Amino acid sequence: MATIKDNPPSEATADSDSLGDEGEAHAGQVAAGKTGTSTGNAAGKAGAATSATSSKAAASVTLRPRNETSVLIICGGLSHERDISISSGHRVGGFLEDAGWQVRYHDMDSELLQYLSDPATRPDIVWPLLHGANGEDGSIRDILEMEGLPYIGSRAKASRTAWSKPIAKNVVRKLAGLSTSHSVTLPESMFRELGVGKVIDLLVDSLGLPLFIKPTMGGSALGCTLVTDAKQLPQAMVSCFAYGEVALVERAISGTEVSVSVLDIDGEPLVLPPLEIVTPNGTYDYDARYTPGPTDFYVPARLPATVLKATQDAALAAHRTLSLRDLSRTDFIVDADGIPQFLESNVTPGMTDTSLLPQAAVAAGYDLSDLYSQLVESVLRQDRAQPHR
Amino acid sequence: MPSAHGQHAFSRITTSTRRARIVKKGSSMSETDTPPSSKVIRNDPWYGSYAARAEAMRASEIRALFAVASRPEVVSLAGGMPYLEYMPFKELSELIAKMMVEKGDVAWQYGSAQGDPHLREDVLQIMELEGITDAQPDDVVITNGSQNALDLITRIMCDPGDVVLSEAPNYVGALGAFQSFQVEVVNVMLDENGLIPESLEQTIVEQRKLGKKVKFLYTVPNFHNPAGVTLSVERRPRVLEIARKYHVLIVEDNPYGLLGFDGQTYPAMRSMDNQNVVYLSSFSKIIAPGMRIAWMVAPPGIRQKLVLANEASVLCPPNMSQFTIATYLDNFDWKKQINDYRGMYKKRCDTMDAALHEYLPYCSWNKPKGGFYIWLKIPEGLDSRAMLPRAVTAKVAYVAGTGFYNNGEGRDHMRLSFCYPTPDRIHEGIRRLASVIDAERETIELFGTGGVPDADPRDPEYPGPQVQ
Repeated sequence: MATIKDNPPSEATADSDSLGDEGEAHAGQVAAGKTGTSTGNAAGKAGAATSATSSKAAASVTLRPRNETSVLIICGGLSHERDISISSGHRVGGFLEDAGWQVRYHDMDSELLQYLSDPATRPDIVWPLLHGANGEDGSIRDILEMEGLPYIGSRAKASRTAWSKPIAKNVVRKLAGLSTSHSVTLPESMFRELGVGKVIDLLVDSLGLPLFIKPTMGGSALGCTLVTDAKQLPQAMVSCFAYGEVALVERAISGTEVSVSVLDIDGEPLVLPPLEIVTPNGTYDYDARYTPGPTDFYVPARLPATVLKATQDAALAAHRTLSLRDLSRTDFIVDADGIPQFLESNVTPGMTDTSLLPQAAVAAGYDLSDLYSQLVESVLRQDRAQPHR
Repeated sequence: MPSAHGQHAFSRITTSTRRARIVKKGSSMSETDTPPSSKVIRNDPWYGSYAARAEAMRASEIRALFAVASRPEVVSLAGGMPYLEYMPFKELSELIAKMMVEKGDVAWQYGSAQGDPHLREDVLQIMELEGITDAQPDDVVITNGSQNALDLITRIMCDPGDVVLSEAPNYVGALGAFQSFQVEVVNVMLDENGLIPESLEQTIVEQRKLGKKVKFLYTVPNFHNPAGVTLSVERRPRVLEIARKYHVLIVEDNPYGLLGFDGQTYPAMRSMDNQNVVYLSSFSKIIAPGMRIAWMVAPPGIRQKLVLANEASVLCPPNMSQFTIATYLDNFDWKKQINDYRGMYKKRCDTMDAALHEYLPYCSWNKPKGGFYIWLKIPEGLDSRAMLPRAVTAKVAYVAGTGFYNNGEGRDHMRLSFCYPTPDRIHEGIRRLASVIDAERETIELFGTGGVPDADPRDPEYPGPQVQ
């Protein structure tokens, strides 16, 4: 069962074996369906939030009281998802403030570095909640590491891997044995050089229809189109290239859209129950994501217990194989055979009112103030503030 | 136990979970291979209870993209904000402090639903500049910006399904106000001389044949937003004549009339007819949009209903804002300030026009003689709405033409504002815009798209206050 502790900060213990601090070290360690002991224990109860039960010896670390610990939330940025980032940042910040933390906010701008280095404003820990480029591609995390600041979330290199959907798909398929739909990755220049008609014909011949077109990098379904007829492909490509230079053309899978969030608390993965997304028109697009109401979420997803467990296992496998850290959300389509087909892993999952991770956590019975605080404390106990190497 | 109902689960996100410190509770999930009992989360428990008029009020990708426009790295050609840097804030603040000492108990008190009598007197001298000399303070109703005025006039005139005639492209804020009352907005054609009288008459006749009740014509006669055109002086009596002939009220919205670049003004239609025109004007574009103070002049019967509707809507316009504006008008040479500002806007308009000639000679536009906007026609096949993310990446923002229509049109246009950015920034913004248009044009040509399907015709865009 989940082991989120409610210890007062002064009694907190440190886990010297900090998870994910070593970059790509986890690659290849975990395979879907035959995950290590953590996952085996973790997914023991289908549909429930699960966590590893292994208890490691931890050195005692005294954390300062929350009201003397400054948490800097970096949100905003210049990406297409600025609005969402600000909303995510302030939601998380609100929950942390309620839990007694000293929360501050900063945009990613020309004053940020001065703010991070000035002793008067330098925070104790940073929670980067930037969505889109520079936030999820690892850039800001490299900066924080060079600044020697501990932060919540995956390291830069792991973020960069997950941020590129085609690379992430390949990594989880090859190293974790996850299923993921067949796809190709094409820049606009390829269409230009080889001829649009010929490339489109080849795409349809090779991948068939329907296809899902999306930018290789990006979030919130921006620039994504489901193509059911080859005639729609040119327009779908134009929409995609408005958001990015490279398109991922993926064989569309029908099935149940499911999202699984994973958190690391004191070295133990907490796998939240799979959350099923049902939209009125079948497309989880921007409006459906951020307008409260029309989209229904089922927790756990309405799937057989074995499939739920397989989906949780797959999410944990993706989290580990991609060397993700602290929190991630992995999206799947569970196909007609009950196999979770990997779509992508997010290193900065949305944290707005309508976002999936917080909804799954609440549905599983967690208090978000408490859960986020445990995550912050878990990171504070680790010695992450080391010079960049 | 986790909450049994999704609705309750969400309410815990927004309320109790933020207050209570609760640890993870036990789970009721099944431990067998059978599907565990699943619960549905509907994260808005009131979804399904909303009025039909709220259906289109939802998250929008376009609205989200404007969030980036406020960053200094982005040249925003999207905002309709006046440039306020040279306002005499220091001197004004001293006078406001004095006003508060003398009249603070009134400024912070409820006021009249019709508005402060002193300010109603003050606005008469402003209207005289555009030929309205017969209005009395009692004919004036102060509102919370002209947006409030549009809400009130639609509220008292229109039932759902009634027709409002409006120039196309439409002022985006008006579309939002009209559609929230479920009226049908029917477009009337504009050309370089403003509203086309023949189109107005033809549209009225057509709508009548369809059995529609045409309640009023909404028009922005001077330096139109977004089209930039001005209704010619010759056409104004003709528009009034048609309105009288068919007993259709004219709502004359005139926020830009004093912003003619060469100091020129045009006679308000209200100056030619005090029975068939409701006249709207505002301090937002000439002095201070943050004050939210505008005014309307209406014939007595309409005015009485507007006052009562204002009372029902907001009780009274804010006294503090009204006193602040009155303090400004009473103590500063506001005519000189407006004159200085229109000189500045002229220079910015010239800069934009020159930059368009330099970087986008294959586009077409009208060069306005006043106001804030250039309405740019982009090359055939391009879609200004679909192109916006590319513009945001290139750190330039504009308002896509689709926002100014309620029928999916406008993809071939965009509104460019020259009011707020400095001339250097305008030049840089147009340079960036040209790179965006060039890149999009190459992509469109490559894929042979163009003539893309229209947007949902009943899907208004809500771009936010700064875009107005």
